[in-house]
Amino acid sequence: MATNVLVFVERRGGEIKRPSLQALSAARELARSLGGRIDALALGPGAAATAAELAPLGVSRVLACSDGLLDLYAPEAYVAVAERAVAAAEAAVVLLAATSMGKDLAPRLAARLRTAAISDAVEVACDPDLTIRARRPVFSGKAIATVAIPSARPAVVSLRPNVFPVPEPSPGATAEVVELVCPVTAADVRAACVRLETPAEQELDVAEASMIVSGGRGLKDPANFALVRDLADALGAAVGASRAVVDAGWIPHSHQVGQTGKVVSPNLYIAVGISGAIQHLAGMSSSRRIVAINKDPEAPIFKVADYGIVGDLFEVVPRLTAEIRKIRS
Amino acid sequence: MKIVVAIKHVPDTEARIKVGSDGASIDETGLKWIASPFDEYAVEEALQLRDAAGSGEVVVIGAGPAEAAATLRQGLAMGADRAVLVEDARFFYADGLARAEALAAVARAESPDLVLMGKQGVGPDESQTAPMVAELLGLPHVTAVTRLEISGGRFTAHREIEGAVEVHEGTLPVVLSIDKGINEPRYASLKGIMAAKKKALETRTPGDVGVSDDRLGRGALLRWEALSLPPARGEGRRFEGDVDTQVGELVRVLHEVEKLI
Repeated sequence: MATNVLVFVERRGGEIKRPSLQALSAARELARSLGGRIDALALGPGAAATAAELAPLGVSRVLACSDGLLDLYAPEAYVAVAERAVAAAEAAVVLLAATSMGKDLAPRLAARLRTAAISDAVEVACDPDLTIRARRPVFSGKAIATVAIPSARPAVVSLRPNVFPVPEPSPGATAEVVELVCPVTAADVRAACVRLETPAEQELDVAEASMIVSGGRGLKDPANFALVRDLADALGAAVGASRAVVDAGWIPHSHQVGQTGKVVSPNLYIAVGISGAIQHLAGMSSSRRIVAINKDPEAPIFKVADYGIVGDLFEVVPRLTAEIRKIRS
Repeated sequence: MKIVVAIKHVPDTEARIKVGSDGASIDETGLKWIASPFDEYAVEEALQLRDAAGSGEVVVIGAGPAEAAATLRQGLAMGADRAVLVEDARFFYADGLARAEALAAVARAESPDLVLMGKQGVGPDESQTAPMVAELLGLPHVTAVTRLEISGGRFTAHREIEGAVEVHEGTLPVVLSIDKGINEPRYASLKGIMAAKKKALETRTPGDVGVSDDRLGRGALLRWEALSLPPARGEGRRFEGDVDTQVGELVRVLHEVEKLI
């Protein structure tokens, strides 16, 4: 019976994405409960070289497919190799980080294997009766569901980034490298990523940031978003926004925090001129610390804020930015 | 151009979620249900593509309770041509693959050039359906598309990933999930709403589309065992004094107590 855990290791430009390393701590717990080992699947040129980084983190074997077809994300090719890897690993559980790529690949793999998938888990465990059980935020965090996969194998589980820690490395550990042959050729791939566009001015993504400063309608004018950007810049934080200002065209949707934007849980979330519609609160209430700056003392945002300043953001924010610059210099 | 758009029937994003008496599902008392907001972008994109092509059909489909018919009617009111609902209230808590099997079976019978849907059903937030439907149909897929161009049987789709944009290219037919930002969904006009009442809305059972009763019941691959609310965040501290005092105290606390800055 399959008892191993297979972790899909996402790479960009040869670098392993951190959420994939975080998945290894969940993999350790599961492998212990199942009495199995951890295999990792790495794709694209240089895949085998990941063994040096992965072995100290508990990976026994690296299944590597270095085919050039896998350099950029190609869902059809990725799922074909992943299907082979599941068989080669004798995997009872497949873990992926719930990143843009993981959220895309996990369901395709589950459907290929006619099995069940759990998306965006914040806890995962294996019972003595081998049920795979996970907790995951639903309704953008307004509730938490406990879901279980009793017998479908492998259970495919994607894990929310920045919830699980990267395991402590054990120096000196080594991992076996198993080369996989890509079962598809370029002619079999009907759709794939042909290029990656990275903005000239690299902006921090709210989904990945440990600090976020978000602006809302209280800013009154799109030009005033400069206040939010300055504060974010002083902190090294990402710039977020409420739905109202995204819908008004002040800032692109990629910055939107909330139920139809991104659900975030940074260490520090500063809400500037955001009253706190329920959809916005759902998207940021799991932040570790929340600061609200709003002139309306009754604004719902204060109900979730750890620290609040009731006042005119046009007076408060420039002073706050200056004070933070002072402390950081 | 023939386009199938899947629409999910979900609780209103404005709704407060309460736990039902079984401790595992939501309390539906007084709950308003809507089309998942991301699906509206998919419907809009389909209508624009059909109209630009000058001919074709947009078929909206769903898997949900009888009330989901009203949600599909919204798609018809926006301008879709007809609708197919696989009716069973258990789909909401079923595993993603069961829902995908039902939708894929309906889509397959339409032989579409494109299958579209929102990037996630708001609520369950699983983002599973598009890749699963694509796999079951044997088609390629792209998820979370923010820009789409189609010409000569080929497509170019942009998807935003962490700090970058992936540009995908490929051939039709394809399954695409759509993100906000791609277009501005139209409001249904009064005329559209009236016309929608006369448009065809077929209803099927799960059995009609090859999803066994067992898959929606005891034989489900995934069980919702419990639903709970996150711990309430107590209201914290409000600073007092003039602006300089308040800002100074906030910075001190974030620096010295929280060690965040």
